[in-house]
Amino acid sequence: MHSQKLFIGSHAPYFHNGNSVASKSYNIMFAALPAVGMGIYQYGIPALAVITFSISCAMLWELIMNIAMKRPISIGDGDAAAIGLILAMLLPATTPWWIVLTGTFLAIVIGKQIFGGLGCNPFNPVLVAFAILMLSWKNYLDFDAALLNYDLGFKMLYPLGALKHFGINAIGDFTSQGLLMGQQIGGIGASCGLGLIIGGLYLILRGYIRWEIVFSFLIGIFVTALLYNISDPDKYAAPMFHLLTGYTLIGAFFLATEDSSSPVNLVPMLLYGAGAGIFTVLIRNIGAFVDGVVLAVLIFNVANPLLDKIRPKALGKGI
Amino acid sequence: MIKRPFFGLIQARLKYPALIPDQPVAIKDIDLSSKIVLLYENKTGQQNVSRLKAGDKVKTGQRLELFENTSDYIISTATGEVKEISKHTGYFGRNYISITIARNPEDQWDENFKTAGQAGNYEDVIKFLGALPGEAGLSTLLSLNPAEHPPINKIVIKGIDNDLLVANNQTILRTQLDDLKNGIDILSEIMHTTDIIFVVPPALKTQLSELGVTVKTVKPKYPNHFPHMIMKNVLREIVPAGKSPGDSKTGFINAEAVAALGMAFRDREIPIYKILTVIKKDSSVVMVRARVGTPVKDILDTLGIELNHGDRLVLGGPMTGHAVYSEDLPVMYDTDAIMVQGKKQIILSTDTQCINCGECIRACPAKVPVNMLVRVLENGLYDDAADEYGLFSCIECGLCAYVCSARIPVLHFIMLGKHEYALLKNAEESNA
Repeated sequence: MHSQKLFIGSHAPYFHNGNSVASKSYNIMFAALPAVGMGIYQYGIPALAVITFSISCAMLWELIMNIAMKRPISIGDGDAAAIGLILAMLLPATTPWWIVLTGTFLAIVIGKQIFGGLGCNPFNPVLVAFAILMLSWKNYLDFDAALLNYDLGFKMLYPLGALKHFGINAIGDFTSQGLLMGQQIGGIGASCGLGLIIGGLYLILRGYIRWEIVFSFLIGIFVTALLYNISDPDKYAAPMFHLLTGYTLIGAFFLATEDSSSPVNLVPMLLYGAGAGIFTVLIRNIGAFVDGVVLAVLIFNVANPLLDKIRPKALGKGI
Repeated sequence: MIKRPFFGLIQARLKYPALIPDQPVAIKDIDLSSKIVLLYENKTGQQNVSRLKAGDKVKTGQRLELFENTSDYIISTATGEVKEISKHTGYFGRNYISITIARNPEDQWDENFKTAGQAGNYEDVIKFLGALPGEAGLSTLLSLNPAEHPPINKIVIKGIDNDLLVANNQTILRTQLDDLKNGIDILSEIMHTTDIIFVVPPALKTQLSELGVTVKTVKPKYPNHFPHMIMKNVLREIVPAGKSPGDSKTGFINAEAVAALGMAFRDREIPIYKILTVIKKDSSVVMVRARVGTPVKDILDTLGIELNHGDRLVLGGPMTGHAVYSEDLPVMYDTDAIMVQGKKQIILSTDTQCINCGECIRACPAKVPVNMLVRVLENGLYDDAADEYGLFSCIECGLCAYVCSARIPVLHFIMLGKHEYALLKNAEESNA
């Protein structure tokens, strides 16, 4: 009996389409490359340093938590690396190392692992970390101050900051085309609109992110900004400006679409995206913060479980 | 294995393969083995087989009753001597009795079926047809005792196959049209109904014009063959969650079983040959005809398929079959396919939590909120699963597990949930 061949036993189905968490994470990182590449081109070695340090720290925190919580080692699935990369994309190139170290700690440990790891986080880990950093070390994350020593050949002013502090006249120099091509200062991977759009469309076409969230988020921003703009064009910026500045595009493609903290049914996805978009413009136009994407998406992360209760009736139920 | 398309936004269409029209269907006959194994699902609760013992002589087509006080029986598919009777536990604790028969080279047919057939009384004949190739539980459909099962007044014959890559019913449609015609007439007479609907993929519709029954087509897209889906898409009737189509007085039967019924009355012999689709390691397919009870090993040996340590052997198709641990298990009346998967092809499940990617929600034909369901099932909240998250709406097609990014064995969770829920309810009833 001992020489018997043993077969693999398992439950049906015996086919699988090859999806995996790892392929998802690596594709997200791959899709981020155009925007990240542009960031490194603009800001040079410091930007590369922030990105690499952020990814390695995130993976290290994940490993430490795996060991501490006696869970299987999960850095291979690429999720920690993707979180590290996206966090770095939001930061200015001159961020000091200790902010990156703390930020990745907040993202991986506070944002993800203490809830039980992958899939259990109620908020987008990157946003949890970034919100805490933003409230704690305002000056380091103020792009105008942080990027003071750079001159890249275009107006070295953070567009949303300029709008908030100096009014609509200060943003006259920004053209939609320029903003799209990355002629604005901002996060390492958040300023090149074209790169983000290319990456985002890649993810949508490959089915790794849900297009419903992306488009409802962008439409939410566009419509709300348009309404403000119509009501008082001298005070509120045009919708295209809102679409192409700050964290709008990275928010639409990489932040709002995080799996675990966003809904999966059609109507909830549309509500979630549109709501986050509307709140973003509300915060930008009448709120206290310069950019609203981070907090707006976080608010709708909280609403996600409630929204996702709107779902179609299962087959044969209620008859 | 059908992989996710590169542009994953467009969902993969899992199609049942159609046999190439105008090409003859090649069916390979498997030589008879020296031993035949019969499996009997023991629902009686009795432990020991009292009416059959090792050393008894049996004839081909003989009706074997194993226990006292039950009308259940099996048909011996070989002539010879009973060598061994043993007990096995199967899927979710089902009890099986296996009877090994050392086969004599010559078949001697038991005459009882023939005699009953000549008398022309259907009720006596049906006593031998509790299982036919293609349908193991025919007794529930053909039941003549209305107290036991609700009477059926509509019959759906499935010309569409029961899993991906499987082509049994199609083969029958292509090769045994006369038997089918016979079978339909007999079925209509036994069941006292003319409301018979033949469901086929569009490619095979023309074959059936001469059968004289209503023919409806369904798209050959998985999981359209499931009775619940046929009820919804073809008959436009929704079966309430947790109920079977039988509760709506609709019976489902495979074309293969109907053809076997026709053959039984034509030849006055109980059909004991089963058409099988053998799916090799490279996903290529061979159609074979083997006697019920033939050990799987003999079929694999005939086809030159070698199984190694760490491979997977599945009785049934790739989406709904059962992985088995031994090559000695026999072909049964409802074994539609034998699938062999090499070690390297197997994608194993993991214990990752649900990452909420929503793939299952998009794939589920029954609109079950799988992402929530799998969470409550994982925590053993079976009541919640049944009441709020559509546990009993699930038609068990396995598409959720097929597309799962986290590779969670979703269907396994669901089946376990249904099983545990039934146990809980039984316990509650017996305590009440």
